Amino acid sequence: MSDLFQYILSGATVGATYGLAGLGFTVIFNATEIINFAQGEFVMLGGMLAVFAIRWAGAPLPAAVLAAVLGTTTVGVAMDRLTVRPVRGRSAIALIIVTIGVSIVLRGSAMLVFGKDAFSLPAFSAGEPLSILGAALVPQSLWVGGVTLGILVGMKAYFDHTIAGKAMLACAYDRKAAALMGIHVENIVSRSFALSAMVGALGGVILAPITLTSYDVGIMLGLKGFAACILGGLGNPFGAVAGGVIMGVLESLTAGLVSSGYKDAVAFVILLLLLFLRPAGLFGRAHAERV
Amino acid sequence: MRPAGPAATLLIGATVIAVLPVLLPNEYYLTVLIVAGLNGIIALGLNLLMGYAGQISLGHAAFYGLAAYTTGILTATYHWPVPAGMAAAVALVLAVSALIAVPTLRLKGHYLAMGTLGFGLIVYIVLNEATGLTGGPSGLGGIPRLSLAGRPVTSDLAYYYVVWAAVLLCFAVAGNLVRSRLGRALRAIHTSETAAAALGIDTERTKIGVFVLSACMAAVAGTLYAHYVRFVSPGTFGFAASVQLVTMVVLGGMGSLWGGLAGAVVLTVLPEVLRALEDYDIVVYGLLLILCMMYLPGGLVEGVDRLWRLVTARRLRLAPPEDPA
Amino acid sequence: MNAKAGAFLWGEDITLHFGGVQALESVSFRVKENDLQTIIGPNGAGKTSLLNVITGVYWADRGGVFLREQPLTGLPAHAIARSGIVRTFQNLELFSTMTALENVLTGGHLLFHYGMRDWCFRTHRFRAEEAALREKAEAALAFVGLSATADTLAGNLPFGSARLLEIARALAAEPRVLLLDEPAAGLNIRETVVLGDIIRRIVDRGITVIMVEHDMDLVMRVSDRVLVLNYGKVIAEGTPAEVQRNPDVIAAYLGEV
Repeated sequence: MSDLFQYILSGATVGATYGLAGLGFTVIFNATEIINFAQGEFVMLGGMLAVFAIRWAGAPLPAAVLAAVLGTTTVGVAMDRLTVRPVRGRSAIALIIVTIGVSIVLRGSAMLVFGKDAFSLPAFSAGEPLSILGAALVPQSLWVGGVTLGILVGMKAYFDHTIAGKAMLACAYDRKAAALMGIHVENIVSRSFALSAMVGALGGVILAPITLTSYDVGIMLGLKGFAACILGGLGNPFGAVAGGVIMGVLESLTAGLVSSGYKDAVAFVILLLLLFLRPAGLFGRAHAERV
Repeated sequence: MRPAGPAATLLIGATVIAVLPVLLPNEYYLTVLIVAGLNGIIALGLNLLMGYAGQISLGHAAFYGLAAYTTGILTATYHWPVPAGMAAAVALVLAVSALIAVPTLRLKGHYLAMGTLGFGLIVYIVLNEATGLTGGPSGLGGIPRLSLAGRPVTSDLAYYYVVWAAVLLCFAVAGNLVRSRLGRALRAIHTSETAAAALGIDTERTKIGVFVLSACMAAVAGTLYAHYVRFVSPGTFGFAASVQLVTMVVLGGMGSLWGGLAGAVVLTVLPEVLRALEDYDIVVYGLLLILCMMYLPGGLVEGVDRLWRLVTARRLRLAPPEDPA
Repeated sequence: MNAKAGAFLWGEDITLHFGGVQALESVSFRVKENDLQTIIGPNGAGKTSLLNVITGVYWADRGGVFLREQPLTGLPAHAIARSGIVRTFQNLELFSTMTALENVLTGGHLLFHYGMRDWCFRTHRFRAEEAALREKAEAALAFVGLSATADTLAGNLPFGSARLLEIARALAAEPRVLLLDEPAAGLNIRETVVLGDIIRRIVDRGITVIMVEHDMDLVMRVSDRVLVLNYGKVIAEGTPAEVQRNPDVIAAYLGEV
């Protein structure tokens, strides 16, 4: 029984990161209707930049975390300005290919700069694991939960109560109308990239102390994040995080109870099932094509 | 100058292919060209799917791998005759791709991309984990050689001809497809599914058809791969491989059969030429994709076309201006 | 539901809504064979929605569309095309990367059915059917006066020609019923006259035409019967002269030119 609870707890912890990756997808999608294939790399960069801020610059942990988040945010904005904006009006395939290209470049560059090893980050606070119902809960998990909740609350406040946030939603509903209302759409898009890079990086940083990080964690995290946000309903920030947690738990249970090799497949099977069986649910903000 | 007709193209192509080995400095290049040919077959099929029908598949290497593994397992572990193994492999891929196509092709744009990506990864994971059957991450060896009319194909030179004959065949078939009502239907679906349906085209069935065809072409390449290298491992057929295939099609130029082929040859030969770059190749691929989409969306084919116009326009400018009609 | 006497293409109690918007409410109509029936109404009246229901782009919440006795409701768009009902689009949906001729050849997709074996090996049947199709396509282009632009990319055609191309493409399908969605939109006076002429010639060939239009001159000049929609409901139906005098129609249009 305590084993089961252990699986659930560790699954939920990892799942929070999937959720934050998914949140990143959602933010960009909400502003631009683009699925950013490089989202997973933002998560990777968060962890990796923090690790190397400590290794190379000897920075204390809080500074390293800050540097990592700021650095990744910059990358996100650069990605928008340099590669996404020039291909804005084009077909879905063009955008998909460009974001895939960026993800490859980011991953390859990380490999060249940081090497192929796996690294870990020190935990945010020292302390013995707590024991809850026979399962061990490391203090870092509390950080994961806390940061995730904090981000969610912040997001809700942003989208519901600030003009900037509402402007971002407006861009997603109707770009032209938003522009006509005086909303500077291109800035909003950059901001959405910045926001989702930030959120992704935070996800990577809070998880790195628990699981190792390396240059190639991005693909899996990105895909699982995507599955999470589809599970929760594309466009719904809370849904993305909830979806991520659910997926993390399912994955962990599969690893523990069935076979650890197939655990990665769980997310993709869920993704495919969702895409195939609940297409109506995915288009929560569906708009009919006018012919 | 008008482009050569299809028959002439094939003839020229066949001649070049026949003569090329004579010009190569050593046997190693034959291996490179063999792999380029295999990639070319897959790229031709993928081009029909992406360039003509306007769909996307980020998991095509999975079909390549499924076929390679199927024929490998049947011939190495279960001692099936090679032709039977190859046929079974293509049949399996046909069935799997048809099955996956039906729900997947109802998706559009990003969802389709993600769906195919997810499928590709599931196949990769299964190949890695089903150790008893597939040999797991260490792969499966001892696959017998290809044999034609009872005689095994032993030399690289002979294999080169086999593979490139297959390339020519696929090119001819693809060419005939494009110039038929099916080809028009594909291009119609690409531009406007609504209008295509309004003219009676069963868009769903057509998309599934071209998806299955392109998967089968990848399967043919997969069987040829398995009986050439005689060893298969999951790493060859993962996400990186699928991305590489998409890059070949995009870089070569979607919407032109030459594009897929050109992209495949260039991107197979290029890393050999750029040996020195080693680990940088992955970054180079990414940059190529981005730059291509931004500046040369029609790929190499567009580049060559533009270059050609530049050259011919220069010559025209020297002639006196015509009187307006 | 019983087939109304003389009704060729008819609809009964068609109701459609999107979210909170009622696009069509209990719309019934009857089109006689070989008539030119025009549907008019202010913007947002539901005219294109009705066309979309007939052609299977939208599925009505209630009610049905019938071709004589054959129900069309619930059929996918391509099946409705196979029944002989073909349409053009309000916002052109040409295949812009294909030439004008190729567009029209695609229009004739349903006329021949050679299969994989035929195109793969370029059999006699393939060559014969493609040649026959080409002849028909060239005839369709000639019918609308676009023969000179056969090899121009559809995306490069001037707007007026593009509109005519869509009609030629639809004609290549040899339809029994042709639905035209605002064919005159964006055309100048001269082009509209040419269009009206072409439409009457289409009817002369025995094709039933249903047209959604705003250009009252054109409507009154060419139509056999007119159906008026407003806010998703039918408010009048009759000959052009009858409809023109109808006080409800005048009221609906008051203030709109």
